Amino acid sequence: MSLKPTAIDARSGAPADVPKLCYVRKRRHDAPDAWTLEIEFAESVPFSYTPGQFNMLTAFGVGESAISISGPPGQGRLIHTIRDVGPVSHALTRLAPNDPVGVRGPFGVGWPMATAEGQDVVIVAGGLGLAPLRPAIYHILSRREHFGDVWLLYGARRPEDILYRSEIEEWRKKGHIDVNITVDHAGMDWPGHVGVVTGLLSHVNMDVSRTIAMLCGPEVMMRFVAASLTEKGLGVGRIFLSMERNMKCAIGHCGHCQLGPAFICRDGPVFTFERMGPLMSVKEL
Amino acid sequence: MEKLEYNLCAHPFFAGLDNSFATLAVSCAQDAHFGAGEFIFHEGEAADHFYLVREGRVALQIAAPGRGPATFLTVGPGEVFGVNWLASPYRWSYDARAIAPTLAVALNAACLRQKCESDPALGYALTKRVLPVLIERLHACRVQLLDLYGARS
Ligand SMILES: Cc1cc2nc3c(=O)[nH]c(=O)nc-3n(C[C@H](O)[C@H](O)[C@H](O)COP(=O)(O)OP(=O)(O)OC[C@H]3O[C@@H](n4cnc5c(N)ncnc54)[C@H](O)[C@@H]3O)c2cc1C
Ligand code: FES
Repeated sequence: MSLKPTAIDARSGAPADVPKLCYVRKRRHDAPDAWTLEIEFAESVPFSYTPGQFNMLTAFGVGESAISISGPPGQGRLIHTIRDVGPVSHALTRLAPNDPVGVRGPFGVGWPMATAEGQDVVIVAGGLGLAPLRPAIYHILSRREHFGDVWLLYGARRPEDILYRSEIEEWRKKGHIDVNITVDHAGMDWPGHVGVVTGLLSHVNMDVSRTIAMLCGPEVMMRFVAASLTEKGLGVGRIFLSMERNMKCAIGHCGHCQLGPAFICRDGPVFTFERMGPLMSVKEL
Repeated sequence: MEKLEYNLCAHPFFAGLDNSFATLAVSCAQDAHFGAGEFIFHEGEAADHFYLVREGRVALQIAAPGRGPATFLTVGPGEVFGVNWLASPYRWSYDARAIAPTLAVALNAACLRQKCESDPALGYALTKRVLPVLIERLHACRVQLLDLYGARS
């Protein structure tokens, strides 16, 4: 019997399919069904990542889930915002400070931060999709003078589901990011927009020859936003989106995350709409 | 050009409309402003105006007993509301309330309908402008119903 060779983490030389032991250090309730965890490695290990990459987090005894890294790069701790949708995510969101958690990663290809330099950037997030975009926003803020106009268009279900509220205010005020938020439903106390996120695109005065768009949210939302952007003349190669599929190995071995010829874990999760558009319209995939 | 005519013609809803049609429409128009919190109309009342928003924000709401009013759409500069003016029984099916100081052009619905009846070309030109708004809102409504950001089933 021959065994497949174990994938090796290029940085640490450790097997990439074995979780490293970490501990939760902080837990914050960010939205009715979403919590943000700050995680620290049990032993100091070299760990660097780029905006848009993800980790596989293990809730011991329950299972493993792909979760985007949502903190600013260069921090000592890993930050993950997790929505409680099923057994693994539920167990992860229940972890308290000093509870153990397993981490494999970082995996995948993230946002095109180098390509976006010198360009205007339109960031469109839906729901929890703001979490994987947050490191990209922090990257832009840390090198603000290298980017042109930056818009953040963010759609959430209700006002109470808006993530990172106080930070968003800072991004607007100090980071000179033009922030527009819309919700699907609101009561009398919400003074902002109500309606779908595509409606916010009318606030963006885009020069399509020097704009990069980054999209993350439910796939249907991304499809409609990408279609609206292309209608406005933005090239499909200038639209980047972060895809989600069920993941197991996260290292291109098992095929669970396959979408046509692409492995989301290894070739993505961030792709151009040029590449994903034709695949997203195939219902069987 | 008179200020009112300018406000009307500068609004994206009327962009590119034939000058003679714009002149007909302007005879039904008046400038309107609403303070933050002011109701513009209530559900069940006669749909007597069609509004082109120039500045501010208007919330379209439906009140549910015991739950208070719920906003299902906000409209801002360059957008329109009050499309009930075009279809019988010409009644509002929701409330409209300014949530910021709002400037609009208000077109008298009876006047506009009468102009459309007597000049079908104007009627067709306006219908062609209203329909995309309705289609876009119907689509947005379907997307909202999908509850994309909610829990996965
Ligand atoms: C690259 C990547 C990044 C992600 N980043 C985050 C993140 O930052 N925060 C976060 O909360 N979640 C994120 N997810 C989604 C997360 O991995 C799943 O929600 C989680 O694995 C669900 O596992 P569960 O056992 O809790 O629920 P399950 O019982 O496995 O699933 C609950 C429901 O969600 C559906 N589902 C599960 N996984 C996925 C998926 N990947 N795509 C679509 N539907 C799915 C199932 O069909 C089921 O209906 C990411 C997924 C990927 C692929
Ligand atoms: S998750 Fe195994 S190949 Fe992508």
